[in-house]
Amino acid sequence: MKTLVWVEHDNASVKDATLSVVTAAAQLGEVHLLVAGSGCAAVAEAAKGIAGVGKVHLADDAAYANALAENVAPLIAGLMADHDAFLAPATTTGKNIAPRVAALLDVAQISDILSVEGPKTFTRPIYAGNAIATVESTDAKLVITVRGTAFAKADATGGAGSVEAVAAGADSGLSSFVGSEIAKSERPELTSAKVIVSGGRALKDADTFQATIFPLADKLGAAVGASRAAVDAGYVPNDYQVGQTGKIVAPEVYVAVGISGAIQHLAGMKDSKTIIAINKDEDAPIFQVADLGLVADLFNAVPELTGKL
Amino acid sequence: MKALVCVKRVIDYNVKPRVKSDGTGVDLANVKMSMNPFDEIAVEEAIRLKEKGVVTEIVAVSVGPAKAQETLRTALAMGADRAVLVQVDDGVDVEPLAVAKIIKGVVGEEAPGLIITGKQAIDDDSNQVGQMLAALLGRPQGTFANEVTVEGDSVVVKREIDGGLETVKLALPAVVTTDLRLNEPRYASLPNIMKAKSKPLATKSPADYGVDIAPRLKTLKVAEPAVRSAGIKVADVDALVAKVKELGIA
Ligand SMILES: Cc1cc2nc3c(=O)[nH]c(=O)nc-3n(C[C@H](O)[C@H](O)[C@H](O)COP(=O)(O)OP(=O)(O)OC[C@H]3O[C@@H](n4cnc5c(N)ncnc54)[C@H](O)[C@@H]3O)c2cc1C
Ligand SMILES: Nc1ncnc2c1ncn2[C@@H]1O[C@H](COP(=O)(O)O)[C@@H](O)[C@H]1O
Repeated sequence: MKTLVWVEHDNASVKDATLSVVTAAAQLGEVHLLVAGSGCAAVAEAAKGIAGVGKVHLADDAAYANALAENVAPLIAGLMADHDAFLAPATTTGKNIAPRVAALLDVAQISDILSVEGPKTFTRPIYAGNAIATVESTDAKLVITVRGTAFAKADATGGAGSVEAVAAGADSGLSSFVGSEIAKSERPELTSAKVIVSGGRALKDADTFQATIFPLADKLGAAVGASRAAVDAGYVPNDYQVGQTGKIVAPEVYVAVGISGAIQHLAGMKDSKTIIAINKDEDAPIFQVADLGLVADLFNAVPELTGKL
Repeated sequence: MKALVCVKRVIDYNVKPRVKSDGTGVDLANVKMSMNPFDEIAVEEAIRLKEKGVVTEIVAVSVGPAKAQETLRTALAMGADRAVLVQVDDGVDVEPLAVAKIIKGVVGEEAPGLIITGKQAIDDDSNQVGQMLAALLGRPQGTFANEVTVEGDSVVVKREIDGGLETVKLALPAVVTTDLRLNEPRYASLPNIMKAKSKPLATKSPADYGVDIAPRLKTLKVAEPAVRSAGIKVADVDALVAKVKELGIA
């Protein structure tokens, strides 16, 4: 089987999310990559070095600068004439593009796969991860998004692929990129961090969240996450949300502070290796999944913990 | 401009789903069902656009069993004007691609300027229908919307993305999918619930739109995820510090 993997990048470097997708694709067959962007030759050069990669298709054109689905999906659908499966990471970029590709190819998409069970058989979570479905595709071609935490990352180096330019299609004229607000942070990225400290509604407001959660995260070299309630209340930006409809994480250690443990939150973090919960309610559902629980008022416990570490 | 909103009847988000012991699916018998939460946000957004005078009529559409009428009545009670139920037999799951094809058919009849769907149905967690519909229509898509502003013949959509926020401008007609921060849906008032009972609700079938709903994916098995066993509670911060040090992260 010939697979085509969407390379997630910022026109400068390959994003880590790509590497788990390469691992999933390699379980299906030959791995080809697509680097679509603008001024992104360096990305293709780096991508061809990913272990196990064959051809890297490079579509370098202004129309692809911001990965607008209206422009990118027809490009991918065209390349799929020569490939059997398209795989993208289950990032907001992958989730935006892949279904558009699937519809153009008239195939069902298999979202968020957790494992490859056979050439056309996969497992995926449904109902906020409260059930795992094993599904088999009957379509001629596969369109798949891959849950990053479920597959090991392929080696970013050691590969010997080759880069081949592909002709760009026209700009669709249907959509245009206006701008973005991307927060720059010195902290590790949420989806690749080894340790995450997350705060919930109990943190009261943005200043309290900042003053309570961030020092602990600094001590642990951790990324900072949040529950939906904390994001909705404006304590932290939307991209901090961990859960069914936010980011899926599986760090070595996840510290949940003042988070009750709703199923939608658990869906995003219950595959963490060690879960630590601090909550003043001893019956909070978070304790049902926590390896280490501390029943305490976080406003005493967290500063004390930070101080003693 | 007419707005079309897509609503799905799903397990209520407060219910913990249970896998059937025969491994064929999730047990939905006697389980509370509600409108998919993202679709409530979709309906709310359409209503706000109508209140602003941007949208003139709101049509709610659902693909589902006869019971999905209740979900459509909820949309009508919130403020939608009309509803279309594309009815399938009880227990039949229609995959996102077929849903998108059916809604394309409805779009053909209704010619809306704006189509709003949720970003994700909380039962199948697919996150596909809006994008697929946009592709089938050959129209642009504004997924994971945090803010929606109609400006003349285009719509500006601020999107929730992994790194923060991104803004795109789309030519109308366009498909928008809602994220959690777009708005806070209203509750239907009792008088509006009464009024909704007499609002028009048309019933159609997938065949009316020439759509084959035969599944493309075979579900071989549905299983419980591995359960995490509860760990221990530590007595105080000192005990937690000791454990954290054992983990080697501090
Ligand atoms: C469609 C949909 C999608 C959703 N997606 C997500 C998602 O992706 N991620 C997500 O997280 N949620 C999601 N939710 C929301 C979810 O259902 C919960 O509402 C949310 O997770 C609750 O956040 P919380 O635990 O911070 O708040 P709460 O449930 O209010 O819990 C606060 C906790 O803090 C504790 N507490 C209070 N004060 C203190 C103190 N001083 N010291 C110690 N503990 C204290 C309380 O005991 C309580 O357990 C979604 C909901 C819907 C409907
Ligand atoms: N059966 C359905 N009837 C109407 N709308 C649907 C249906 N299924 C999905 N949708 C819409 O598409 C969105 C995304 O669903 P999904 O792609 O299944 O996660 C939902 O939030 C709904 O707005």
